[in-house]
Amino acid sequence: MMNIALLVWRQKNRADKGRFERYEAKDISHEMSFLEMLDVVNEGLIKDGKEPIAFDHDCREGICGMCSQVINGTPHGPAERTTVCQLHMRNFKDGDVIYIEPWRAKAFPVIKDLIVDRSALDRIIQAGGYISVHTGGVPDANAILISKPDADTAMDAAECIGCGACVAACPNGSAMLFTSAKVIHLANLPQGKIEAVRRVCMMTEAMQKEGFGACSNHYECQAACPKGIKVSFISALNREFVKAQFK
Amino acid sequence: MILDGNCPNGLLHEKWDIRRHELKLVSPANRRKFKIIVVGTGLAGASAAATLGELGYNVEAFCYQDSARRAHSIAAQGGINAAKNYPNDGDSIYHLFYDTIKGGDFRSREANVYRLAMISNNIIDQCVAQGVPFARDYAGYLDNRSFGGSQVSRTFYARGQTGQQLLLGAYSALSRQVKAGTVKLYPRTEMLDIIVIDGEAKGIIVRDLVTGEIRGHSADSVCLCTGGYSNAFSLSSNAMGSNITATFRAYKKGAYFANPCYTQIHPTCIPASGDYQSKLTLMSESLRNDGRVWVPKKTGDKRPANDITEDERDYYLERKYPSYGNLAPRDISSRAAKEVCDEGRGVGPGGRGVYLDFADSIKRLGEDTIRQRYGNLFEMYERITGEDAYKQPMRIYPAPHYTMGGLWVDYNLESNIKGLFILGEANFSDHGANRLGASALMQGLADGYFVIPYTIADYLAKTKPGKVTITHPEFKKSLDETSSLMERLLSINGKKTVNEFHRELGKIMWDNVGMTRSEASLKKTLEEIPLIRQEFWKNVKVSGAGSELNQELEKACRVADFLEFAELMAWDALQRDESCGGHFRVEHQMPDGEAKRNDEEFCYVAAWEYKGIGKTPELHKEPLTFESIKLAVRSYK
Ligand SMILES: Cc1cc2nc3c(=O)[nH]c(=O)nc-3n(C[C@H](O)[C@H](O)[C@H](O)COP(=O)(O)OP(=O)(O)OC[C@H]3O[C@@H](n4cnc5c(N)ncnc54)[C@H](O)[C@@H]3O)c2cc1C
Ligand code: FES
Repeated sequence: MMNIALLVWRQKNRADKGRFERYEAKDISHEMSFLEMLDVVNEGLIKDGKEPIAFDHDCREGICGMCSQVINGTPHGPAERTTVCQLHMRNFKDGDVIYIEPWRAKAFPVIKDLIVDRSALDRIIQAGGYISVHTGGVPDANAILISKPDADTAMDAAECIGCGACVAACPNGSAMLFTSAKVIHLANLPQGKIEAVRRVCMMTEAMQKEGFGACSNHYECQAACPKGIKVSFISALNREFVKAQFK
Repeated sequence: MILDGNCPNGLLHEKWDIRRHELKLVSPANRRKFKIIVVGTGLAGASAAATLGELGYNVEAFCYQDSARRAHSIAAQGGINAAKNYPNDGDSIYHLFYDTIKGGDFRSREANVYRLAMISNNIIDQCVAQGVPFARDYAGYLDNRSFGGSQVSRTFYARGQTGQQLLLGAYSALSRQVKAGTVKLYPRTEMLDIIVIDGEAKGIIVRDLVTGEIRGHSADSVCLCTGGYSNAFSLSSNAMGSNITATFRAYKKGAYFANPCYTQIHPTCIPASGDYQSKLTLMSESLRNDGRVWVPKKTGDKRPANDITEDERDYYLERKYPSYGNLAPRDISSRAAKEVCDEGRGVGPGGRGVYLDFADSIKRLGEDTIRQRYGNLFEMYERITGEDAYKQPMRIYPAPHYTMGGLWVDYNLESNIKGLFILGEANFSDHGANRLGASALMQGLADGYFVIPYTIADYLAKTKPGKVTITHPEFKKSLDETSSLMERLLSINGKKTVNEFHRELGKIMWDNVGMTRSEASLKKTLEEIPLIRQEFWKNVKVSGAGSELNQELEKACRVADFLEFAELMAWDALQRDESCGGHFRVEHQMPDGEAKRNDEEFCYVAAWEYKGIGKTPELHKEPLTFESIKLAVRSYK
């Protein structure tokens, strides 16, 4: 069991200025997940007649991409390749002071406390992050052969959970890692190559329109990514983009 | 009343063709005049909304998460079945059909299940065309693996993230339609009521979870694709927000709820570690392909696993079910685990766990192969437990996972309320009393991509577009009711939190309506739930206001519905005085402890009609008739 002090970002709504507030988390077990620790703190706040801390979460399995907290300055906290919902308290020790903040980026306005609006990421996908296939009328699945290395690279990129930690980690608030993951997932597949040029142009344009910054190779994104998406996808996106300019 | 499933006539394999021929079509020019509401953007909802959008209908899609891509389907790990027979190991559509019917313990509708097996192949084609990166072999062909309850390899997978990849495929199709302007998305929006006018579904009431605004949306038809209700048990493998609200409110407006007692307990979850536990994490069942399940032979054996020698271990699944061994179906594996723990042979804290051991496979195939197959699952296990499963066996225990029950639908996926269609886990239709692994993803996508586009057209073709708008008095009435419900919750200002009530309910359900049930346990539940419910409405504390983002209020609404719905689960379980699939009544078992069905009296779907809070619901029966197969004892020995 341990006792921990939390400094949590509280912000009533988009217009509110926001500030850190201090809470004591008492008798915390090492086996708890970080969010379970916050649940315990929230139960206490509710009983004291105070407003609980609002934070996004759903699957608590590290796959839905809903949870989004900056812990001591690092998106998703100290454990490598781990979302905050999968972070466990054994990563902390008695007496620790933990700062908890929302994703901070121009394109992600805060809605309340630790909850931000990430709909800009959806709009990047809507701009072209798909293969334009209709339901029905497609060939037999084994008619499209894909080499194992290509399929594996596509899968490496497709593992992105769209949480936005890459944006939160980037000093420029760039969404390049997110965008490149989708571009490369699809560009690596024969059925995705056909629209590759159009896709990379539309998605990068949408990214800029949404207010995400440019990538200047800080590579903080890769370190923050809970799924280990590689910055090599960003260079691959740039190559796709250059190809597009010559078409 | 005797219900009719509205199945087509003809031979089993011709039924879907015959039905498609009978169904009316809507001409392309008329489609955009029809508005369709799709609630839920999981596999079922996203595939339906995308496909209906492509066809030119005017679609509005809703989900409570901040993005359509985060629906609970994203968490499915293991895979999706199809009768492709690529490995040439003897599979066929008929085989998949039969396995599903048998797996469901002969409590599902033959015609639906056959259609599902037929469509399974189209799904794989569709997903590959969308760019879903399924696993492949070195020649570039698709790879398959086997899953619980089947003797062939028919499961397609994308590492341990099949649900994620399938959902992202459907989400990409959906995103394309958003851009095309046929689909409008409403994320962070929760459906709280359905509008039924003259027996037809014509809209919904929602709450904007950011602003708190409660408003109506009218439509020509409504599809509910809102997932399952395992969270009635409080602790389950479902996402924290998974709820019964959408389908339960439809039930309260007259839609029949079918087989609510059919719930599935998944055998391979990580055991709970303390009272604060907020959810249980599933370890994909695919692990059972290479892991061996065992407990010590001696009771109370507290030695570390690796100190217990081979002859001191009981590989109880292999012993009891030699032909399926560690791949025995879920309900059977789960009960077997409970049994050995009840005998005092469980492992880990509290003795509620069994080992899943990879040592033999690692010896046989090498650690690298195991890492390749399950690396991400082993990592997840280590993150949660701090233990390295390459070095010591995993500890697993059953947890609520999937609900076969759901709103009653006919063969067209239409409920008894006209124009109300139910898709995916939210309906009851295809899995009988137990679902086989890798078949929920299949069903969700079958419903959304390949069934609803045909059947909804038939309904729409018989109506006029835009018959109802939100000025209709039913909207006002329902808006007022919904608002006052919120106000009531906020004004109680009691002493107990919503989570406390949820946990209390969950414990009663798990102990009495869980893996095993008895007349006594169910009667007890029916006495206890109303008491918790009463206390809830007197003593719950919901902080904050209604006109803002308020997660406590969201939870309170969901738990309030679970508190009513749980009673229906118990009613159904009590009424079904037999054992079948996941519904195990201790009074009805074979001499060897297997579920004992009673086909004479219970070969029907139990569809319940709402009669008021705390009142006995009315039972309607849909008899199950089997034209093509013979009912048999479901044996996996
Ligand atoms: C951990 C886990 C692993 C699994 N693994 C597998 C597997 O390997 N293979 C397999 O076949 N099956 C698996 N399953 C089962 C399968 O994932 C689900 O049954 C299936 O994904 C359900 O899909 P759905 O579209 O019906 O619902 P969901 O994906 O649950 O989607 C529900 C949708 O409804 C929305 N919603 C709910 N209520 C409301 C409301 N009131 N208002 C607005 N929106 C609402 C949600 O926002 C969401 O978009 C697994 C399940 C779990 C829990
Ligand atoms: S809550 Fe789903 S990834 Fe963290």
